[in-house]
This record gives sequence, structure tokens and C-alpha cells, in this order.
Amino acid sequence: MSLKKVYRKTGWLGAVVLLLTACEGSQSALDPAGSAAELIARLWWPTLFVATLVTLLVLTLLAVAVFRAHKKHAELPLSVRQSRNLVIAGGIILPLAATIPFALSSFSIGRTIHAPLPDDALTVEVIGKQWWWEVHYLDEAGDRIATTANEIHIPVDEPIRFLLSSDNVIHSFWVPNLQGKTDMIPGRTNLTSMTADEPGVYRGQCAEYCGTQHALMAFLLVAEAPEAFDDWLAHQRQPAREPATDAQARGREVFLEAECADCHTIRGTPADGEDGPDLTHIASRQTLAGATVPNRIGHLGGWITDPQHIKPGNKMPPSELSPEELQTLLGYLESLE
Amino acid sequence: MTAKYLFILLSPLLLATGCSKDEAEPPPGDPAKGKALIRDYGCGSCHAIPGIPGADGRTGPSLERIARRVYLAGVLPNTPSDMMRWIRAPEAIDPRTAMPNMGVSESDAHDITAYLYTLK
Repeated sequence: MSLKKVYRKTGWLGAVVLLLTACEGSQSALDPAGSAAELIARLWWPTLFVATLVTLLVLTLLAVAVFRAHKKHAELPLSVRQSRNLVIAGGIILPLAATIPFALSSFSIGRTIHAPLPDDALTVEVIGKQWWWEVHYLDEAGDRIATTANEIHIPVDEPIRFLLSSDNVIHSFWVPNLQGKTDMIPGRTNLTSMTADEPGVYRGQCAEYCGTQHALMAFLLVAEAPEAFDDWLAHQRQPAREPATDAQARGREVFLEAECADCHTIRGTPADGEDGPDLTHIASRQTLAGATVPNRIGHLGGWITDPQHIKPGNKMPPSELSPEELQTLLGYLESLE
Repeated sequence: MTAKYLFILLSPLLLATGCSKDEAEPPPGDPAKGKALIRDYGCGSCHAIPGIPGADGRTGPSLERIARRVYLAGVLPNTPSDMMRWIRAPEAIDPRTAMPNMGVSESDAHDITAYLYTLK
């Protein structure tokens, strides 16, 4: 049903209710699942309330002024003193009263959110690419121990440190249900943190326009029980599994011969390209191409043969594979759990 | 003369036989479910499929009016049961096909076929 139809049927109230349903979900700052997002949402609602009141007040005064002109006492102008008081009240006191409390609570929330984390907090390095996310897990010495892309797993109830950077244009890292957006700026490393209170799959989205496919630059953030996370990370650290069948072995040959390896890494094979996502455990991921399509063999086949149609402008060229090469390549990639 | 009358007399019968085939092999499954499944399996990354949001792939043939095609993949007669066989294991029918086996279950193939036969 279109918004217009809802409005016609139920009036403004129906349309507003419909808009508010958009507040729930896996990518909504108004459906917080962590302490930082909770604080931000707690600031957002009073801001909306006060802004609505001020808007209504101003519109009411405007209406009074318009209708006053049609009445007889319109000929009685305000005195100089009355006019001055009106300007002081409406032009100075009201704006200050409305904005100062918000500025102060905003500073205070910012300080709480950016409080230093314990030294042994899990650290994840995320690098913004056009248009996907490179993800590294760091050990306590700061060395990279596992690499993946477009899907970040974290344990629940633990503060996680994120080191954010970019080697191209400015991006912004944002998981609305868990933290406030933080820019990724070439030449510097920004810091943000988040704690997920509940297990779940949340969607992250680039929040700074970064080129043609900015809208399709997304990722999944999977918050899970600490044991599940430990298993996941231990698995992601492993090199790719060896082909289990002749067809999979042939698929690996195709991968290495068809120039896929120029841009992609599969740890444990000679493929060590760094321009595209690490594919060592691609079959373990839920989505493809920066959370653009679900990770199903049908989508993977379409992506490999015609990536410029699914996400025009991205850096992956179409692959010219024979049907047999495509089939074995798909079989091999599907085996990389 | 007789032949002409015979033809006129028999032509309704001839038309009726055209109906019986559809009745013998009605498209099975639920087209609405099939529509959702087509999105899940990602058919649209390779095929243009009317009615499926985002299904505008160019790798494989368009499935527009697929219900009216005479052959499937150039190798099978276009019947619901052959459509299901093709969807479930294309490589078993044509070993040279580029279409991957997507692990479609029998009931999912029923529903997908039902949707595809709405494309007339």
C-alpha cells in the first residue's frame, strides 16, 4: 500500500504509524541493541519531541499573525517594548533553552561512548574500500590473525575496539543498532567501539557518500555467544580447506588460471591478490558483494559472470569462463567453508 | 463435401483434445511461494524474470513468457515435469550447461515451476 493510500484511508495517524514501524529492524538507530546505541536513541527521542513542539509553536504564531491581519484590532500595533520582549523571548531565550540541554547531553553521551576500553579488548581493523569492507582481527600485539570481508562477528557483552581507516575516499562505518557513525578517513585511523547486548545479525551501512555504489556498500555484523565467536575466529584463522573432489581441484586450477588470484587471496593457495575480498572462507559468509545479494550458488554464478550488471561500477571485471570452468569454479568456491 | 462436414463436426473434438493435456499435467505447487523461492535461490542474478524484483540478469536467457516456449534449454520439451527436472539438476540433462545445480528440493522445484508457468 502506498503512503498516499494509507493517508486517504486512515488519515495522518495511519501514515505516521506506518513510518514509525520503520524504526524496528536490523538497521535502525531507534531499535538499539547495545549501550552506545541506547544512549544515542535516548537523546534522539527528546530531540524529536522538542523539535516537534517548537515547530508547532512557530506555525501557530504564524497562523495567529496571518489571521490577525484580517481582524479589526490588527490596527493596534505592538508597542516598542512589547516588540523588543517578543524578540528577546522568541529569538534568544527560546532557541537557547531548546538547544543548550541537547548540546550538553550530546557532549556527555559522546564522552561516555568514547571512554577508553580495557587494553585487552578485542580489536577489529576495518578498512573501507570501494565498495566493500576489508576486515582484520588483531591479536594483543596488534598483528593480523584473520582476514575476512563484509561480515564482522563479535562476541556479545564485550566491548569491541574498531580501528577504522580507508585507502581511497572517505567512508563512514555505521551499525545503527549498535553505535554512532564514525568516518573512515584516508591517512588516519579513527577509533570507535561497540558492545552488543543481545545476539543477532545487524546490518551495517556506509554513511558517507563514496561513489556510484555507496548505497550497496553494506556488511553484516553478527553478534553471538562468546563460545560461538571463539569457534568462528579459530576457523577463520585457518587456511582454506583442500579440494575434496577432482572437480573441486579443477575449480581451484580455474581460479588460479583465470586471473581471479590477481585480486583475491585464498590462504593456503598461491592466490594472494589484495585488491578484492579475501575468499579463504567465502562459503561461510551469508552475503556476497558487500551484502548486496545472499550467498547462494545462483547469485555467485551471476556475480562471477556479470558483476557489472549486479553492481555497476565495481572493480570486478566479468570473467570469460567456459560453462565447464564456471561449474567447477563454483563447486570449489562453495567448498571454502 | 462429406470430408468438409466431417471436419466441421470433428473440430470441437480436436479442440477438446488440446485441453486434455493441460488437465493431465497441471502446473503443481504454489506460485506465490515459488516467487519468494526464486529470489532466495538467486535465479535473477543470471535470468531476467518478470515479476521478481531485481531479477534482470543477463548471463542466461530471459524467462519472459517461458510458459509459451516449446523447448527448455534447447534440449527438453517444455512440460512442468521436465521444467522441474531441469531446475533440480540441469547438468544431468545437459552436461555442457553453464547453469549450476543449486540444490533445489523437489517441493521447492514444484513451487518455482508453478510461478514460471504463470509467465504466459
